[in-house]
Amino acid sequence: MSENMLKIENATMQFGGVVAVDNLNLEINEGEIVALIGPNGAGKTTAFNVVTGVYQPTNGAVWFRGEKIVENHPQGKMKKLYKGQHAGEYTQVLAPTPDKITKLGMARTFQNIRLWKSQTVFDNVLIAKHCRVSHNVFSATFRLNRKEEAEQRADVERLLEVVGLTDVKDELATSLPYGKQRRLEIARALASEPRLLLLDEPAAGMNPQETDELTAFIGKIRDQFHLTVFLIEHHMDLVMDISDRIYVLDFGKLIAEGTPAEIQNNKRVIDAYLGVTEDA
Amino acid sequence: MDKKSNKTIFWGLVVIAAMAVLSLGAEGIADATGQTLLMTVLKKGTVYALLVVSMNLLNGFTGLFSLGQAGFMLIGAYTYAILTIPVAKRAGVYQYYDGGIVQFSIPEAFSGLLGDLVGGVIGMVVTLLICGLLAALFGWLIGLPVLRLKSDYLAIATLGFAEIIRTFIQYESFAPLTNGSNTLRQYPTFKHLYPYVIIVGICILCIVLLVNSTYGRAFKAVRDDEIAAEAMGINLAKHKMLSFVISSFFAGVGGGLLAMYMSSVQAKGFTVAMTYEILLMVVIGGIGSISGSIIASYLFIGCSEWWLRFLDDPGNNPGGIKLLAPGFRMVVFSTFIMIVVLFFRKGIMGEKEFPDLLRRRPKKSEKEAAGK
Amino acid sequence: MVQFLSALLPGISVGGQYALIALGYTMVYGILRLINFAHGDIFTVAGFIMFYAVTAMPVQLAIPLTIVLTVLLGFTVERLAYKPLRSAPRMSVMISAIGVSYLLQNLMWYITGGQPQQYPVIPWISDSISVFGVETKRVTVITPILTIVLILALVTLIKKTRIGMAMRAASRDFETARLMGIKINSVISMTFVIGSFLAAVGSFLFFSNYSTVSPTVGTMPGLKAFVAAVFGGIGSIPGAVVGGFIIGICENIIRGLGYSTFSDAFTFALLILVLCVKPTGLFGEKLEEKV
Repeated sequence: MSENMLKIENATMQFGGVVAVDNLNLEINEGEIVALIGPNGAGKTTAFNVVTGVYQPTNGAVWFRGEKIVENHPQGKMKKLYKGQHAGEYTQVLAPTPDKITKLGMARTFQNIRLWKSQTVFDNVLIAKHCRVSHNVFSATFRLNRKEEAEQRADVERLLEVVGLTDVKDELATSLPYGKQRRLEIARALASEPRLLLLDEPAAGMNPQETDELTAFIGKIRDQFHLTVFLIEHHMDLVMDISDRIYVLDFGKLIAEGTPAEIQNNKRVIDAYLGVTEDA
Repeated sequence: MDKKSNKTIFWGLVVIAAMAVLSLGAEGIADATGQTLLMTVLKKGTVYALLVVSMNLLNGFTGLFSLGQAGFMLIGAYTYAILTIPVAKRAGVYQYYDGGIVQFSIPEAFSGLLGDLVGGVIGMVVTLLICGLLAALFGWLIGLPVLRLKSDYLAIATLGFAEIIRTFIQYESFAPLTNGSNTLRQYPTFKHLYPYVIIVGICILCIVLLVNSTYGRAFKAVRDDEIAAEAMGINLAKHKMLSFVISSFFAGVGGGLLAMYMSSVQAKGFTVAMTYEILLMVVIGGIGSISGSIIASYLFIGCSEWWLRFLDDPGNNPGGIKLLAPGFRMVVFSTFIMIVVLFFRKGIMGEKEFPDLLRRRPKKSEKEAAGK
Repeated sequence: MVQFLSALLPGISVGGQYALIALGYTMVYGILRLINFAHGDIFTVAGFIMFYAVTAMPVQLAIPLTIVLTVLLGFTVERLAYKPLRSAPRMSVMISAIGVSYLLQNLMWYITGGQPQQYPVIPWISDSISVFGVETKRVTVITPILTIVLILALVTLIKKTRIGMAMRAASRDFETARLMGIKINSVISMTFVIGSFLAAVGSFLFFSNYSTVSPTVGTMPGLKAFVAAVFGGIGSIPGAVVGGFIIGICENIIRGLGYSTFSDAFTFALLILVLCVKPTGLFGEKLEEKV
């Protein structure tokens, strides 16, 4: 494999006395599709939030394409409370806001869809292009950015074509059926021109047929946009079908990693799930 | 897309020109019929249109619930008055403070260069620009601490800042500059309606262009879902600040125009109640609709200043009922506002704009070209 | 010392009045997450009711009548202006509150003709007394005591009674409380009733000191009481009380130092400072949106 895309290094996320993510180490290489699975409340979304800058980890670091983008160590009250490992190894504080991380080339979707409600499908995607705008507010207001704007609109048209939403592009985003809203969220994420795409339960609430379509779709966009994909999912069919590698979290701790075949036969994973293989 | 944006600017300018011509006509009619209230309503309504639209930019388009409008208007109004009172008249206005410490007048300076008429007008417009810039500067300073706050906390903090500004302007030690709690008057004003219309029109056109630009779309994204906006690369602090500063700028210009309309200003009048009134106009027009804001401000001013006047006249009372008396007009009016707030929550326009109403359900290709 | 005391005493007194009004704000906010902008005006209306009531009846009757009418007003405002907006966004309800404030002010202006009215002298509490050599009205001393008594009663109500328990449940989680069979509308009405009752009591104390009533006189004390509530952490009862006293005392010390122009500005500056350092006030709880 080529370039290292994402590396989570000894990341611990502690809320008060609760350790939601405990010393997580994980690596994703360019072009891979990697899944993060685990029972409900295992800390998967928290891990996503740490990577995307929504939360600042209590301790540890995140690297993106060979560059350290997030780092933190326990401070203030947390110094005493801290229950995790590797205390004292990190001394820097590096806490960019989510928008800065997105600009570096990382985009995400949300578990509970977060589209801009009053905007059309087209505008939802177009707004995500805003972070790539080079003009300032004056030149944009007085329409000196025509060329850029036209290019962006053309890009959005192409994107909507790819995700198959061209026919509904003038509808309000929230008027779409659930499955299409999920696709729109992915399209919106793609519009910000990411290298790494994070999908938080993209198949939640989908029926088996929709899930199959989504599986194919994720593979397709990975190839078409040269993406690396990091996803959280409960639909095991999708996960096993699509993932190059899988990481398994339970109670905030990494309990297994490996190829789909390895994970399927892993005793600890089976125990963790205890028969509850699908609860979406 | 290309053509469309040109079109907005072109049609905007056409509308402004048409409105200016119309306002000349209205003025002629008002003069001929002696309807002074008509001019009052049109002038005040025009000035308020800008104030309401600027508040809507913040509250309606960016979703920042700010109640600091009166503070920025006050800065605009005082800046205008202080910088334009003719030097010869300063001794009279600042009678308790030896004529004050500002001993120049921008319109007079321009008159010296370009002649009385042209120079005077340019000077007044330049001063209005300064009003806006100063209000924007204050907006930036206030925004630094308060924009991190969420909805109601932001509202009360901005309201607090507006009160603080008012206190400082009335402070005795600043009186040589601000005339303390005394009125500022005798500064130059526009006598006709059309200059108000043109200036307000251009300002609102700028806001329309902004709202439909990529930054305006980002504002709406922040309003609809902050977390998603941030995740999609929109810097919240930067965009909230942009919207806050731009809104302050136009509130400052509006404040300057209001000073002109009122022909004398006193800090005492710029209370929270003024902000509330403007907020109510935003709501009546429709939160997130610029044309709604404009319509609402004329309606509001028309009702409160003119059409309901008869309710204040005890002479109109039928029979022996003593219902009509000074103040009754405002009671009826505020009841009416409550009805709108409670039962017509979307206001007159909802989130639509005037051109949306003219268009019959457009075909998809058209709509896409319009980029709305 | 005498000078300091003469600033401190009215400070404590005004603080008590702010605390009483602040409770109305904080309880409503605790349950509805609404800044009841009309609360200050309800307080002013109480002042006017008292003014008109004493012209028709003895003070002993006027006081309970004022309380009853103010409570009725608070109740009505909630039913007419806030209840229909229960499912609307928070901003709409807040705007409705602003609308009510506007309406009440205009109504008072219409009825009174806009002239400030002389507040009736309530015997005994308006008498002059001397405390440690400082001449003051008896109300100055009574206010903090009455405030504390009322607050203790309120806390007992909230901690010990069924309706109090319902209130606590509703302020913790509105929707769940409703699902658990709590009659949310009567809880909310009760909150407004208590808030208006405290505002009416506050108005007797405040106007006995301040002596004139005008339609907009309530705006500032209302805002300051709100600031007190935010300062203490809105939704928290001890917070509102502590906030009220702190703001009342600070304001009067500033007046005593000769900066009366800045007493209002100071209150707001303090508020902004607190919000910047501790956005949820002294005793407030932290709320975070889940991603």
